[in-house]
Amino acid sequence: MKKLLLASALMATTGTQVVHAEDVKIGVFLGFTGAIESIVADMGPAAELAIKEVSDSGALLGGSSVTGVRGDTTCTDSAAATAAAERLITSDKVSALVGGDCSGVTTAALQNVAMPNGIVMVSPSATSPALSTIEDNGLFFRTAPSDARQGVIVSDILNEKGVKNIAMTYTNNDYGKGLAEAIEKNFTESGGTVTINSAHEDGKGDYSAEVGALAAAGGEVLVVAGYIDQGGKGIIQAALDTGAFDTFYLPDGMVGDALPEAIGPDLNGSYGANPGTDSPGAAKFAEMATAAGFKAGPFAAESYDAAALIMLAMQAAGSSDSAKLKDKVMDVANAPGEKIFPGELAKALKIIADGGDVDYVGASAVELIGAGESAGNYRQVAIDGGKVSTVGYR
Amino acid sequence: MPEMTEILNALVVFTNFVLIPGLAYGSQLALGALGVTLVYGILRFSNFAHGDVMAFGTMVTILVTWWLQSLGVSFGPLPTALLALPLGIAGTVLLCLVTDKFVYRYYRAKKSPPVTLVMASLGVMFVVNGLVRFIIGTDDQRFFDGERFIMKARDFKTLTGLNEGLAIKSSQGITVVIAVILVALLFWFLQKTRAGKSMRAYSDNEDLSLLSGIDPDKVVRITWIIAAALTTIAGVLYGLDKSFKPFTYFQLLLPIFAAAIVGGIGQPIGAIVGGYVIAFSEVLITYPYKKVVTYLVPESWAPEGLLQLLGTEYKFAVSFMILVIVLLVRPTGIFKGKVL
Repeated sequence: MKKLLLASALMATTGTQVVHAEDVKIGVFLGFTGAIESIVADMGPAAELAIKEVSDSGALLGGSSVTGVRGDTTCTDSAAATAAAERLITSDKVSALVGGDCSGVTTAALQNVAMPNGIVMVSPSATSPALSTIEDNGLFFRTAPSDARQGVIVSDILNEKGVKNIAMTYTNNDYGKGLAEAIEKNFTESGGTVTINSAHEDGKGDYSAEVGALAAAGGEVLVVAGYIDQGGKGIIQAALDTGAFDTFYLPDGMVGDALPEAIGPDLNGSYGANPGTDSPGAAKFAEMATAAGFKAGPFAAESYDAAALIMLAMQAAGSSDSAKLKDKVMDVANAPGEKIFPGELAKALKIIADGGDVDYVGASAVELIGAGESAGNYRQVAIDGGKVSTVGYR
Repeated sequence: MPEMTEILNALVVFTNFVLIPGLAYGSQLALGALGVTLVYGILRFSNFAHGDVMAFGTMVTILVTWWLQSLGVSFGPLPTALLALPLGIAGTVLLCLVTDKFVYRYYRAKKSPPVTLVMASLGVMFVVNGLVRFIIGTDDQRFFDGERFIMKARDFKTLTGLNEGLAIKSSQGITVVIAVILVALLFWFLQKTRAGKSMRAYSDNEDLSLLSGIDPDKVVRITWIIAAALTTIAGVLYGLDKSFKPFTYFQLLLPIFAAAIVGGIGQPIGAIVGGYVIAFSEVLITYPYKKVVTYLVPESWAPEGLLQLLGTEYKFAVSFMILVIVLLVRPTGIFKGKVL
């Protein structure tokens, strides 16, 4: 009898997967200072909200706790971003990274640090088309769509507005260049004309030369593929002041309430689009964000989803090891399985632990395609009465 | 022969996109470069903390502006910041005198080589940099109020009936007027007053000036006061015209130094000329002349291309090319400053 009891006890422990509770760390690798710091002010807390939700549930990997460790990408300085990623991975020993944010620093951190160390990166906002085809050993995912998709969206919106020719300026980095090329290709193919496609540098004192060039080339609308805190804003201000352009198209990096606040009523009538969705998850996430004391601003939903995907993949892999969880990210993100919305991470973890399947929809209607990037849902916006208002979804 | 209105249109385009922005930016650079050049000429080192001291002065002015606005004080059509400027200058003077007392004086007394002082100024730069971000944050601050435009592009079109608009911002007008007044005052001070003369003597030959009974502490003090005032005014004018962001002010250090060196570092007149040379070279060489030329030539000659010498992404290359050429051909700068 005693032997039988012992044997069944042994069976019980070996039969189910044994997972030891541990302290899991996840890097929150975003540009807390620099070109998009005002957007990251909401992205960071969004990722940390998902981490806290999972940690508090006690349902991950046999009751493991999860903490987020912040690292600063600076958005533009690849050397600083590489050093920050190095610290997160080798010194803080994070299991995976939520981030980076801007395409250039994300590429640098992926190639210099994440790949040599075999660490998974899930970026909420790196949108350069080049990242779709980059060699990544299956470690890189993004909850943001590629800008190849945004190029189509921009071209569609401009055509619907009856715009025939545009001037375009982009921030001189991987993000700006990739986006500008995608827009030019799609808009030209649809019969439009791009009068000028010129770069601007961020953080400079004066944009008279750039605006002069754009004005000389002319166009009905000026497309500003830049950053809201940086050159993009400077260009719009100078273009309005000199009367060079009245209407602007604002891609994802330029959508935010900070812009109409800074520029004032002159910006009314401009329009744009940034990743966003009208799925029930978005509304739920907005409520959660407000309750947690931040805004569901641009890329905040994607940040929450990036963190959630990492932790669900950990659960599915039964391990916080990047080498194992990388194969599970696509599984938890896509069908089949039960649809999971924000705030339901505990439920999802339980389903996975019980051997079930989940289809993570999350805050941004995640559907990973290709090499592991969002298919892309966009929110079309218009600047109206000094505010960014939603016109529709695409 | 193009008609009169065509010529006028061409002139207006050129003025609106090249002349006015260049003039305003050049004035801002000139005032900044004057501060750098004074410190270099008299204290004999390149002050790398200049950009951040500029940010500090602007920050103090902004804080005072907000305070005045909360009291309901306004300056009519002019920006309230101009009223706050004296307090901003006072704050910056204090900062400069304190850093001099605790940092630079030590190295001066030790007769350290200039490069040691330059490195010390680098340290001061980082401290002030942090201080400014700590107090006002890293965000963009806009503090312009009052009338934004002297002339709006649209009003100009209806007024003159021309195709092209001409916009003059109040901040641009204020910048140019203040720059002219300040430069005149500075030259009068340096040439005519006793203190100015002693500064020039000290700059020319330190030992000889000490022998003639000039008080070195007083010269140093006056230099810092003037440099701080010029810097703060340049920073506030720049912030009124664009916006205040600590990071951008730090970046302004580069064109300011380029201006001072091109003009001849240590020479006040050189700083002014250098400021305009740098500002205009950036705009002139990267401006596409298509529109201007289209107005001036018969219709069939209208150019297809943009007629742009260099893309705007090369505008910084332009200022540094000029810098390199000047250093190679005339290392003392246009107005024979001290060789670096």
